[in-house]
Amino acid sequence: MFKKILIANRGEIAVRVIRACREMDIASVAVYSDVDRASSHVRRADEAYPIGAAASSESYLNIEKILDVGKRSYADAIHPGYGFLSENAQFAQACADAGVKFIGPTAAAMQAMGSKTKARQAMELAGVPFVPGTSKGLESLGQAEEVAGRIGYPIMLKAAAGGGGKGMRLVHAREDLKAALEAARSEAERAFGDGEVYVEKAIVNPRHIEMQVLADEHGSTVYLGERECSLQRRHQKVLEEAPSPVVDAEMRRRMGEVAVRVARAAGYTNAGTVEFLVDQQKNFYFLEMNTRLQVEHPVTEQVTGLDLVQLQIRIAAGEKLPFAQDDINIRGHAIECRVYAEDPGNNYMPSPGRIATLLEPAGPGIRIDSGVYEGWTVPMDYDPLLAKLIGYGESREQAIGRLSRALSEYFVGGIKTNLGLFRRILADAEFRAAKFDTGFLDRMTQHTEPSPMSTHAEEVAVIAAGMFAALGGASMETPGAVNGAPNAPGKPASNWKTAGRNEALRSG
Amino acid sequence: MIYDIATGEKKYRLELDRLIGGWSCRLNGRNVEADAVLVRPGVLSLRVADRSYEVKGERLAGGWKIWFGEESFDLEVRDPRSLRGRVRSGDESGARKLRAPMPGKVVRILVAEGSEVEAGAGIMVVEAMKMQNEVKSPKKGNIRKILVSQDAAVNAGDVLAIVE
Repeated sequence: MFKKILIANRGEIAVRVIRACREMDIASVAVYSDVDRASSHVRRADEAYPIGAAASSESYLNIEKILDVGKRSYADAIHPGYGFLSENAQFAQACADAGVKFIGPTAAAMQAMGSKTKARQAMELAGVPFVPGTSKGLESLGQAEEVAGRIGYPIMLKAAAGGGGKGMRLVHAREDLKAALEAARSEAERAFGDGEVYVEKAIVNPRHIEMQVLADEHGSTVYLGERECSLQRRHQKVLEEAPSPVVDAEMRRRMGEVAVRVARAAGYTNAGTVEFLVDQQKNFYFLEMNTRLQVEHPVTEQVTGLDLVQLQIRIAAGEKLPFAQDDINIRGHAIECRVYAEDPGNNYMPSPGRIATLLEPAGPGIRIDSGVYEGWTVPMDYDPLLAKLIGYGESREQAIGRLSRALSEYFVGGIKTNLGLFRRILADAEFRAAKFDTGFLDRMTQHTEPSPMSTHAEEVAVIAAGMFAALGGASMETPGAVNGAPNAPGKPASNWKTAGRNEALRSG
Repeated sequence: MIYDIATGEKKYRLELDRLIGGWSCRLNGRNVEADAVLVRPGVLSLRVADRSYEVKGERLAGGWKIWFGEESFDLEVRDPRSLRGRVRSGDESGARKLRAPMPGKVVRILVAEGSEVEAGAGIMVVEAMKMQNEVKSPKKGNIRKILVSQDAAVNAGDVLAIVE
């Protein structure tokens, strides 16, 4: 087993990996940029090294600097988390060349999957179901028109090197194709430095369902069940659950077997995710493979009882998978909410800043994977994900009940978050009936915010505002003892008391 | 203490008096049994007529934002004896300030001082957390002043430019 692991990431996922290291008695090494000195992951790691300026290219994306820390700290493995360098084949190769184990697939497997068109050719040979379309990049407008005519509109144009919705265009009719193709090409060129675009039949109101796979380095590959990821905004996932309400045991087995075939065809090792589009008749089509640990991996952990990060580490260390496909059981239901620093009042634009107040829920069936704490300033330079709130229950209904309860306890003050959005989703009748697709959230957020302000609630708010105003500055400062009766009127803590307390803290 | 508190439409008068070990509270002249314990900065445990609420508060300009349960309220809080808060209002009619919609970095300035712009024209681009937000002109007019430079860090609400 490894002695020391470097985590080439930040935020909640770095904390997640550091926790697994500590549980396995492995030393952890954090790296951090100039604005992340006070970050959670630095506080929790055994060692921490600065790697440069806030801009990702100067720090978390800088292969040379990260490998240099690997060398200086004598780390024997590197966990890339998700995002940043996690799907960078060049980085995986550089690790191998430097003699540090990359916790993930090989560079070759990543390359095979990194380009959507290359992946597609390999998969077609393995008999994987695809959305009808081209498996090669489009050469000309004429070719695009020919293919689109053959498979029928609406069609979707997609960047071969793409992800996150960039370089994607939905085209309803032939006369829109030319402009859409040019736009998709230039967007792909700008975002990925590669203007290759291919065409697919657009599946109307699809579901987005993905299958977790795990492969060791001894030829064993298993699937760990699916995650329902249809709740998205701007093509970014917002809420995920496992299992999917529309997938039964038979469908799970068929999707799982396809996912295992995909992984095998690429010579895949470690944890990976095979994404599928599912149409209204429950036909599923291969979309892409993500060659990393996913943000939403906790829902799979909850329903399988497995620790995916620990398994990733064991696989990378050369261990065999400690179970076979038949040993894996799905039990209960888990739902994850991605808590983002976003302003719902400003079209969900980012809202970085200082977290003035943080009240986190706990209790039965609740898990929080967080990268933040009260008093910390969320930097403006990175992804707005603050934490993931995961609810688990024996049924979907119980999981929803627990999550709703947890959301009533959750509060982030000082910056704006999307917590209110989850309250609305979980209360939505269609969501509760599991009737949704990838267009659900955009439709739901277009309705005006409901304001069921009862007179009573308003009166309580008015009294509260008055109390805050009456307490003045004291209401925003650290209170003294609060275990007694209501705050005694206008009685400031005496200087003697304050001095005594400070003294006690210092000697403590 | 007396506060005039307004929600969107409704106005309330709240009279609070601190007593030993509690509060006396009158809302629009009606006695209400209420007490509050500050459990941590910005968080009150509030009892109103035996019902218990955990209330979170954040100071706004001229009032408080209050959260409890599933709801949040923006409340204007005014001390009627104080003169502050009565003045102001009524901006310069011609000139309009362009404010940063979010904290971030000015990545591009799209117009020069003195240029004529249409209503809705992009003036500059502010970026945070990989998202770019184009700040648009609120009116047709002339860019009187640009108050930030490229790559400057700005806070939400900072004045970026003035259009008149």
